[in-house]
Amino acid sequence: MAARFAAGDRVAVRRAFPPGHIRTPWYARGAAGEVERICGAFGNPEELAFGRRDAPKQTLYRVRFAQTALWPDYDGPPGDTIDIELYEHWLEPATE
Amino acid sequence: MGGLPAGRVEPTEHDYALWEKRVDALMVLLGGQGRGVITVDELRRGIEQLGAEAYEAMSYYERWIASMTNTLLAKGIITSDELGRRMAEVGKRGEGAG
Amino acid sequence: MATHDHHGHDHAPPPDEDGPLTYYQTMEIAVRELLIEKGIFGADDVRRAIETMDARDHAAGAEVVAHAWTDPDFREALLADGTGACARLGIDIGPTRLIAVENTAAVHNVIVCTLCSCYPRNLLGLPPDWYKSRAYRSRVVREPRAVLREFGTAIPDDVTVRVHDSTADMRYIVVPRRPAGTEGWARERLAALVTRDSLIGVTVPKNP
Repeated sequence: MAARFAAGDRVAVRRAFPPGHIRTPWYARGAAGEVERICGAFGNPEELAFGRRDAPKQTLYRVRFAQTALWPDYDGPPGDTIDIELYEHWLEPATE
Repeated sequence: MGGLPAGRVEPTEHDYALWEKRVDALMVLLGGQGRGVITVDELRRGIEQLGAEAYEAMSYYERWIASMTNTLLAKGIITSDELGRRMAEVGKRGEGAG
Repeated sequence: MATHDHHGHDHAPPPDEDGPLTYYQTMEIAVRELLIEKGIFGADDVRRAIETMDARDHAAGAEVVAHAWTDPDFREALLADGTGACARLGIDIGPTRLIAVENTAAVHNVIVCTLCSCYPRNLLGLPPDWYKSRAYRSRVVREPRAVLREFGTAIPDDVTVRVHDSTADMRYIVVPRRPAGTEGWARERLAALVTRDSLIGVTVPKNP
């Protein structure tokens, strides 16, 4: 399957709060970062959580966030980062 | 829980009890590619559905077996009646946890 | 999971070995018996799964790191494709994929799973309680340097801290920096310096 984003792209995590089993951490929702790598296509946990193993796979990315983008009061150097694995349907192009 | 306020990280650990390893083994076997009875995400969702208070009141593998059992019941792989009867029988045997 | 690098950690005895069964211990026995009777798996399968679990500890992770420290080609392969490099050593990572992250003079890496307790069990065994604790999972993403200090690891401000949150199908292992004064050491000797916690990234390897 074609990946929508490439390594180095600036992306934003959707600020969304759907019910169900969601593996996008709350602290990253609404934040912008940079695609660190494409991990490949994997089963969508939101469907697997209801036992649907045959649901379409999703491209999984590792997205790197500056700590200061996640926590405005971050206590540490501005270069510190968090890498998070995120599925494609949670990402959109960053507008900033 | 990322980012929520919490206290100091106490470097605790324990040697896993046999019954805890058995719960883990059941999930390994139920989640295995071949059998595919319960997905890891079903296990996780079931743990979340136990509610926030379960995180405080139950141990890690207690949450696992509770979640797995609820999922097995929901899928009809075991029934409440047979499970209730078997639990009562196990209780009467007077065994230890091993 | 018995005795290894627990250096400064409290090792509580296994809980609930004696005394009457608790409600959930009773549930485990009943569910297991019913699943065996229904032919979902056999009693032997359970025993083998536990034997596999018992055979795993961080020795596999330490071996991988000792190889990376002594074989530049392996190091490169490991950083490019952790799963494939481990397979070269006969180590199966399982259904997830491994990403190895390397500590350098400029970068220190640390691993967490904020959503549950994802952990590279095929390389490190079952996770310690603190890794699954609310305190670690909540705080290491927001104040990693403070959490590392609680483990006795002070990271200077000119070293970047990279936190890796295992939210999905990747698992992580930290390749720590090789301690000074170990030039010419054999792999087995190097592996003995690699503690479990240094592979998670909350500490650094033992000094020679």
